[in-house]
Amino acid sequence: MIVRAIRRILVVALGLGLAATASAQPVTVSAAISVKDAVSELGRGFAASHPGVTLLYNWGSSGSLQKQIEAGAPIDVFISAAALQMDALEERKLLAPGTRKVIARNLLTVIKPGDSRVDIVKPGDLVETRVRRIVVGNPRTVPAGQYAEESLRALGLWDRLQPKLVFAEDVRQALEYVARGEVDAGFVYTTDATTRGRGVKEAFRPAEDTYRPVVYPAAVVAGARQPALAAAFIDLLLSREGQAVLSRFGFQPPPAGAR
Amino acid sequence: MSPDSISALRLSLQVAVAATALNALVGIPIAYALARRPFWGRSLVDLLVTLPLVLPPTVVGYYLIVLLGRRGVLGAPLYQLTGFTVAFTWYAAVVAATVMALPLLVRTVRAAIESVDRDLERAAYTLGRSELRTALEVTLPLARNGILAGLVLAFARALGEFGATLMLAGNIPGRTQTVPLSIYTAVQTGESAEALGLVAVLTALSCLVLIAANRLGARAA
Repeated sequence: MIVRAIRRILVVALGLGLAATASAQPVTVSAAISVKDAVSELGRGFAASHPGVTLLYNWGSSGSLQKQIEAGAPIDVFISAAALQMDALEERKLLAPGTRKVIARNLLTVIKPGDSRVDIVKPGDLVETRVRRIVVGNPRTVPAGQYAEESLRALGLWDRLQPKLVFAEDVRQALEYVARGEVDAGFVYTTDATTRGRGVKEAFRPAEDTYRPVVYPAAVVAGARQPALAAAFIDLLLSREGQAVLSRFGFQPPPAGAR
Repeated sequence: MSPDSISALRLSLQVAVAATALNALVGIPIAYALARRPFWGRSLVDLLVTLPLVLPPTVVGYYLIVLLGRRGVLGAPLYQLTGFTVAFTWYAAVVAATVMALPLLVRTVRAAIESVDRDLERAAYTLGRSELRTALEVTLPLARNGILAGLVLAFARALGEFGATLMLAGNIPGRTQTVPLSIYTAVQTGESAEALGLVAVLTALSCLVLIAANRLGARAA
């Protein structure tokens, strides 16, 4: 009786499995986690206008995503939060030529917990003893951390802040640490700061000339299984509709001539 | 080996030793109570002590954050009183390692204690020894090899702890980046040589530890 039931379950499972593989046409998108909300929304629209197509997302820090692609992960579209990671892939000939385009721009900001009463209004305040812990993305893999390091170095504060730094694996984790009150301040993008309502508030924005522009290049990965759909998705991000959605989430339009 | 890797090794050993010491202090009495003294709530204690063995490390990490984060159940009063938070310090790594290794210690020691001939303990009682002295002078010495095996296993588990550590202590080179976290980061950043070195050291260490545990376990039987 049991054996018969198990057999029946196995048959049904096999059937469902085969059906799933037959109808799936997934387009896999590895994207910097800071564009998660905007890209997810545009992805829904893309799937709606391309019946039978499913989008699979892989969110993370651009550095980790880059390493995954280098290790052969089956990705169709890569959206990075900095040119650095895209350059690395281009050097290794891992991008489909001619498909690299910048889709948006962002700004760095320093946030503190929503209920924080610690006075932080300028970069110099971070050195004060009332600021005990500061989170930045791990500069080795997280663009937000790389921009933060660049900015703090330009301001002559990086070395002095070392003992207070806590590293996050991606910018959303940095945001989370601030929202949870584990740290007194954190470096994230302006687009992240708005996703938490009153959970976090902006303390100040580092001067834009202390770090290179935050640009988001997107490209089709070499060897993509869905190159046409991948290119179509990037076109959507660049279209008027795509730019409107990105703008709604706080992103700026790509600077002219950016790579 | 880079200075970061060397500090990761030093930190890992520090954390594992501290965690094992804590586990010995807390775990041996618990194991004795579970083995020898039926008490109300015994099954609950047994369950709680075994849970970290079965739960995914990230679940344990979650509970630890709820308890010891800056706004945690215990962490908030601690922060109000002392301005100190456990999270993101090496103490957090010790706590995570201790909790994850505790079940291994308790189960091994409990089995060792249960295998001690009760007649010997009864003989000590009839000779007028209190329970505490019997435990310290008769039971535990007889269970010595099993206890050592438990400590060695707990040490190995503490050395290899990753998930709960990453969540509560973070991955800060030089402060909380233990060897498993260091390997994770090295692989993430494509530094295969660095990763390989650490993997080799940890594998060798774990093998030594397991051999020691087996030898002690065999002698206890």
